[in-house]
Amino acid sequence: MIEIRLHGRGGQGAVKAAEILAKAAFYDGKIVQSFPFFGVERRGAPVQAFTRISDDPIRVHSYIYEPDVLIVLDPTLVGAEGIDIIEGIKDNGKIVINSTKDPSDFEFHNKNGVQVYTVDATAIALKFHLGSASAPIVNTAIVGAIAKVTGLVSIDAVKKAIIDTIPRYKEENAAAAEDTFNNVK
Amino acid sequence: MDKEKKYEFNKTEEYPKMVVSFGSTLTNKTASWRTFKPVINEDKCIGCGICWKFCPEPAITPTNPPKIIYDYCKGCGICIVECPVNAIDKVDEKR
Amino acid sequence: MKKVVINGDFAASYGALSAEVKFIAAYPITPQTLVVEKLSELVSDGELKASFVKVESEHSAMAACMGAEAAGVRSFTATSSQGLLLMSEVLHWSARARLPIVMSNVNRAVGPGWSIWADDTDSISQRDTGWMQVYVENNQEVYDAILMGYKISEDPGILLPTMVNLDAFFLSHTSEIVEMIDTEDVRKFLPPYDPKYKLDVNDPHAFGALTSPEYYYEFTVKIHKAMIKAKRKIQEVGKEFGDKFGRYYDMTEAYKTEDADIILVTHGTIAGTAKETVDRLRAEGKKVGNLKIRYLRPFPDEQVYEHLKNAKKIVVVDRSISYGKEGAFYSETKASLFDYNLFVPTYGMIAGLGGRDVSIQTIREIVKTAEDNEPNKIFFIGEKK
Repeated sequence: MIEIRLHGRGGQGAVKAAEILAKAAFYDGKIVQSFPFFGVERRGAPVQAFTRISDDPIRVHSYIYEPDVLIVLDPTLVGAEGIDIIEGIKDNGKIVINSTKDPSDFEFHNKNGVQVYTVDATAIALKFHLGSASAPIVNTAIVGAIAKVTGLVSIDAVKKAIIDTIPRYKEENAAAAEDTFNNVK
Repeated sequence: MDKEKKYEFNKTEEYPKMVVSFGSTLTNKTASWRTFKPVINEDKCIGCGICWKFCPEPAITPTNPPKIIYDYCKGCGICIVECPVNAIDKVDEKR
Repeated sequence: MKKVVINGDFAASYGALSAEVKFIAAYPITPQTLVVEKLSELVSDGELKASFVKVESEHSAMAACMGAEAAGVRSFTATSSQGLLLMSEVLHWSARARLPIVMSNVNRAVGPGWSIWADDTDSISQRDTGWMQVYVENNQEVYDAILMGYKISEDPGILLPTMVNLDAFFLSHTSEIVEMIDTEDVRKFLPPYDPKYKLDVNDPHAFGALTSPEYYYEFTVKIHKAMIKAKRKIQEVGKEFGDKFGRYYDMTEAYKTEDADIILVTHGTIAGTAKETVDRLRAEGKKVGNLKIRYLRPFPDEQVYEHLKNAKKIVVVDRSISYGKEGAFYSETKASLFDYNLFVPTYGMIAGLGGRDVSIQTIREIVKTAEDNEPNKIFFIGEKK
């Protein structure tokens, strides 16, 4: 079973990203589960979402404390006060960060085998006019990067999941995912 | 009572008997909800008091010109919408 | 058959859709809101041919369902926490009126402190209303339990309502794969509701009139007997459902209990996490098993005894507490064992109150607590000490 934790800010679509990831894995024939951190969310506040992907039935119903994969939708969350982004990450885990920086700019890169990957999902979201210029919605873009980096889901399944899940601008969102799939570092 | 003191309960015995806030809203500020803040442009303000009437918190003073109490303003934006002369701007909160 | 990835609230809505309910009255409350939203959408889109009545409270929601059900119309509602408690009067009424309504209740804590998170206090406090209560583990079971619920409730020998209880957020807002059954196949399993007595202008009856001490007692006995009879029916329907659709259900579900020294007794989502933990503990050489209890009412005394009789320690997990005593599942389990003259060390574990997470680590702590302590009392797991 692969456990994925997503960190974002309210309004960026972290919860939907977790759902798209689960649906994509489901289309690829996996057993899946996804859920938000259960709080009273609001725009801009740090939020978490979770996805489990497995070949066997998923019986656990609790939060994810030791993720295999970590997704960060907002670069300002790294090092933000009161949030330990990498808490519990497994050795040899993978971290995908929406950032213009290089993976080696992050101190936890290459520690205990943890690999950091970066992609400028914000730029790609803006390129496809997803959300507004001041509040781009980066969730679909980041899922493309996850597909590439982890190989957990196929890009075709991701695009199908996006089209089935996102109510508007389906094609643009799917194209954004494909763009990050090809551009993650 | 120390107004700035943070209350943290590390074990059951430290909890009060009931769910009760300490020191009233004077110490329990609600501004952390805000992601953008309203800023009154006093040159445009006509002092009509509509923003004060509509503020649900209430975090606007009944003065001329009105003042926004940023310790309590949750950034709901109702004052911005209701102002008849568009004298209140929406300013992104610094993260 | 169609597989979809949906949250527990939608699974409840789709359960009502597949059961082809004809009447819905519901009032939204977090974390049940999505049930109401999805059902109103299904009705307005014409996918579900039913009347959807918007009401001003949960009490009215149940009252409206009682009216529809009394007229012989299959009805559905959903609620949670404070909403269920506001319904309390009409919960008793609907059961005593023998109206086989099915309702999904999202188990949420009651205030104050104001809480929207998982806790069983709401439904446990309604244990004695005459409603059958089933506690489900995953979203598939939410959907299945609603279909089976109608079949069991509408049985002419039973005629008692069913409450399908699912954990707040851990199911209501968690997306999982749910296999939906084709309407044609559901119809073969669940025939239309056609009660013997119903509101009918051509055949008038009065319902629920004044009942003197000369008669009341026997009506109460009949409800009790129907509830006892339901035990067999639940098993039969669970088997028929399995034969037809491949997923078998019973009043309990035993997991690796045969040779277990320590048996956990769990319900709801905690049962799933417990099974996962059982496998991990067994890999470490510990003989642990899990007994999932699906029904609190009627209570599966016989099966509880059968599965627990060889255990050295019995550890019951409750997500609520009856203040001044212990958790309800702990009380019920002990009472069953006592009926069979079985005296085994038991432990009552209070865990996950108000939505506190019950993880694999928490279950490990529960097992460790039972290993290290004297029995026959309750322990607070995860409390800040």
